[in-house]
Amino acid sequence: MTLQLDAPRLVKTRPLVTVRNVSKCYGDVVALNDVSASVYPGEVLGIVGESGSGKSTLLRMMNLEETPDRGSYTLDLPDVQGNLFDLDRFARRMLCATKIGIVYQNPHLGLLMKHSSSGNVAERLLVAGERSFATLRQKAKVALEASEFPLERLDAPPIELSGGMQQRVQLAKAIALEPALLLLDEPTTGLDVSVQAMVLDTLKHLQQERAITMVIVSHDLGVIRTMADRVMVMRRGEVVEQGLADQTFQDPQHAYTQQLVHAKL
Amino acid sequence: MTRVLDIQGLTKGFTMHHLGNRLAAFDNISFSLEAGEFLLLKGTNGAGKSTLLRTIYRSYLPQSGKVLFQSDQGEIDLARAADIDITHLRRTEIGFVTQFLTARPRVSAEALVAEPLRMAGQSAEDALQEARRWLAAFGVKPDLWRAYPTTFSGGEQQKVNLARALILPQKLLLLDEPTASLDATARAALVARLAELKASGTAMIGVFHHPDDVAHLIDRVIDLTPDAPKPEEREDVAV
Repeated sequence: MTLQLDAPRLVKTRPLVTVRNVSKCYGDVVALNDVSASVYPGEVLGIVGESGSGKSTLLRMMNLEETPDRGSYTLDLPDVQGNLFDLDRFARRMLCATKIGIVYQNPHLGLLMKHSSSGNVAERLLVAGERSFATLRQKAKVALEASEFPLERLDAPPIELSGGMQQRVQLAKAIALEPALLLLDEPTTGLDVSVQAMVLDTLKHLQQERAITMVIVSHDLGVIRTMADRVMVMRRGEVVEQGLADQTFQDPQHAYTQQLVHAKL
Repeated sequence: MTRVLDIQGLTKGFTMHHLGNRLAAFDNISFSLEAGEFLLLKGTNGAGKSTLLRTIYRSYLPQSGKVLFQSDQGEIDLARAADIDITHLRRTEIGFVTQFLTARPRVSAEALVAEPLRMAGQSAEDALQEARRWLAAFGVKPDLWRAYPTTFSGGEQQKVNLARALILPQKLLLLDEPTASLDATARAALVARLAELKASGTAMIGVFHHPDDVAHLIDRVIDLTPDAPKPEEREDVAV
């Protein structure tokens, strides 16, 4: 029905992220079924789909928190080789700390809620081997500033902060080491609409200034529309459609995507 | 002349799964376009003029046919080019001008207009200078240059949009009613810029509700009204 697209011919850059034929079952439940995805340097890939579609599972795999039953994952970086799912725990931890940043929907997953905000960011730097206290504090401050976190609250623990501010601390932690890849799992879900707009605005700014490659998962099409260059639509562990963001929203091909787009207010 | 675009048997329809039917937009369209040529699409409402522009730009996926574009790196079929190639071409060789601005929060009017130049490698200062020149040409008051267009009126937003869309000469320019609801100053600036781009070799396909403004630029007209005479037979027809 739909035309099969050609392989890239004009753009010679290789994708930064390549996920190939990833499958994962939890008992009888198929979480991911033969999913492949690629993200080019500087590109923002949006993944949409309803709860249970497998979009967050895929993101957690990109953050090496889970290993699939089958499939491979590579990052095209000078000092990173091979299928990342084959790495041992120590190598994974190092790679995640230095090359990949993540912001979760639930800040409890990403932050120590009772430690200071600057301490949370500095922890990430510690993992990467930074030991000087002055440097730690300075770098944490820079990252928090880039995330537009109010610096007078540097020492406040996340538990005392609003939801929007907690997300900024997570973001600062994620970008502190200038990762090649930033993963965002429903980063604005559950926030007030105005706070949501401000967090998205910060992300957009960061993306433009640093050209960070991003993968953003959301069930909110508005968020994806604002952020993504390209969209992948998932359902029941499979990719039902992918394409340029404007094309996917204006001319959705698959019945499920049409339903999703039309359901948007 | 240099060929820019060669459209062969292009067909677009929309499959609407929830209704279980298919809505035809246009069928088996073929035409070609040379550098510096200005093609006007005409036709009744719903004839598929905007749809054709969006299909060439790949906001819509065609069902069949070819859209052969002569890019700087050789010929490529836009109907089936990889998404990443389309993104690249939209940044470098193919422009789309609508009446609507996609304003971004906390990005000033002048920065928004300068962006295509900066992405093409110009220095920030040169790009800003040029951006201000175009904002002035389209009649945007200097007080507004550093403000955020999110708060502008529809008309002012449209001027910022035009300045941004036309600042960087491109090989192919698609125009979807860019003059609608523009004031006389902005309309004159737009027409002057289009003439300049045409003279420098930009090929253009446009939909204009009132084509009188651009009448002197039009080289050819294609009528998309169903059952209209074939385009080949209408080449000599004036607007």
